[in-house]
Amino acid sequence: MLDWKLDFTWEILPRLIAAAGNTLVAAGGGYLVAVVLGLVFALAQRTPSRTLTFIVRELVEFVRSTPLLLQIFFIYYVGPQFGLRLSPWAAGLIAIGLHYAAYLSEVYRGGIENVPKGQWEAARAINLSTVQTYRRIIIPQALPPALAGMGNYLVGILKDTPMLSVIGVAELMHTANSIGADNFRYLEPYTIVGLIFLAISLPTAWLIRRFDKALRRKMGLTR
Amino acid sequence: MKYDMSDYPLKLEGDNVPMVRFQNVTKKYGQLTVLDGLNLDVAEGEMVTIIGPSGSGKTTVLRMLMTLETIDSGVIYVDGEPLTHMEKNGRLVRASAAHLRKIRSKIGMCFQHFNLFPHMTALGNCMEGPIQVLGLSKEKAEKRALELLDMVGMAEKRDQHPSRLSGGQQQRVAIARALAMRPKVMLFDEVTSALDPEVISEVTSVIRSLVDQHNLTMLMVTHQIGFAREISDRICFFFAGQIEEQGAPKILLDSPQNDRTQQFLSAVLDAN
Repeated sequence: MLDWKLDFTWEILPRLIAAAGNTLVAAGGGYLVAVVLGLVFALAQRTPSRTLTFIVRELVEFVRSTPLLLQIFFIYYVGPQFGLRLSPWAAGLIAIGLHYAAYLSEVYRGGIENVPKGQWEAARAINLSTVQTYRRIIIPQALPPALAGMGNYLVGILKDTPMLSVIGVAELMHTANSIGADNFRYLEPYTIVGLIFLAISLPTAWLIRRFDKALRRKMGLTR
Repeated sequence: MKYDMSDYPLKLEGDNVPMVRFQNVTKKYGQLTVLDGLNLDVAEGEMVTIIGPSGSGKTTVLRMLMTLETIDSGVIYVDGEPLTHMEKNGRLVRASAAHLRKIRSKIGMCFQHFNLFPHMTALGNCMEGPIQVLGLSKEKAEKRALELLDMVGMAEKRDQHPSRLSGGQQQRVAIARALAMRPKVMLFDEVTSALDPEVISEVTSVIRSLVDQHNLTMLMVTHQIGFAREISDRICFFFAGQIEEQGAPKILLDSPQNDRTQQFLSAVLDAN
């Protein structure tokens, strides 16, 4: 039968909540890397340089076609052989950020390609530079349709942070594992971890939808 | 493609320098020749209308001038200076992006589908270029934008986004947006073709007022022969990438010499 120990729950809760903070930092930090790097990847594939386009295109394909876990191991354990000695946190954020940057770059690319050709032409007709055209005209229009996809990946990155436990980042999963191993009890820590994830991702998804709607209204893209 | 650039002057000088000159301009899409050795001068302040069947290259003329299309041979001059080319060591070479941008600043364009920026208000659309490109302060840009919106009768809608405006209203904002850049040459590319018949006159009356008030050079592509007759100094009939016939509206429209012009005009006038 279900043998839930309340006093044990109270005992481990503070540690898990503290670990949840690390999970949030890992997800937020990784996402920040992904959002910026993803845009760089997307824009690099639109430059006139075919070499650059090719290299970035292949890098994105490579990242998307191999497991995140392998990428984490690779950066953390193989990196030092190339002189790249990183802390678990740094390696973890780079790996997860790079991984999601590859996916986000596709979201951005789709958004940018959806902006009608006439917008580029109108921007040229008022003589905006290429940088101004992207910054003022194209990206503001590419972003709202990309937002749903970006939001999905924010929740995705949150759910993938447990993978960082394999290189010793003390996020939720890592902490729950060690509590379980120390006490030979797994029911309470894992259940609580599940609930904490729910408590983070459900409101996040809700906030993204709200933000999406508000942004579209503000930009006059919906009536 | 190789061609002899020595035939083209580095600069147009003298008394009657045209505002726009197409000299022997050819444009191809793959095997298809859209424009074949086009020669066309437009004087300062002149209003030239281009008519012709679809596929005759008339829109391409405007798009090349706005640098939305490259050209395959020939040179386009604007205000005496080469647009598509620039001088380097005493001869003309392909224009750099910076050169294109410099000369392009003299040209404004309105499109068939308006192409307003949907994430900006009517006012924002008219302030964007002046602030970003001309470097005007927000206050100055707003003042100028409001004057222009007032001129096109859109001052009341200044805070509306394009999605809340009708086609005719959007096109009037688009005209104000183009004028805000103080161009010397304005291009109108079928600006009434996407409009409902009952709102066409709001746009044509704005263009008419430009002819009256400003010393703007204008090139217009339209299917509205009546409007073209009323406001043009000259009408060019395009056929198969060349000017088949041109002249003052009265002469070209009432007594066309060319068979193709006659056929086209009777077909268009029947349709109206």
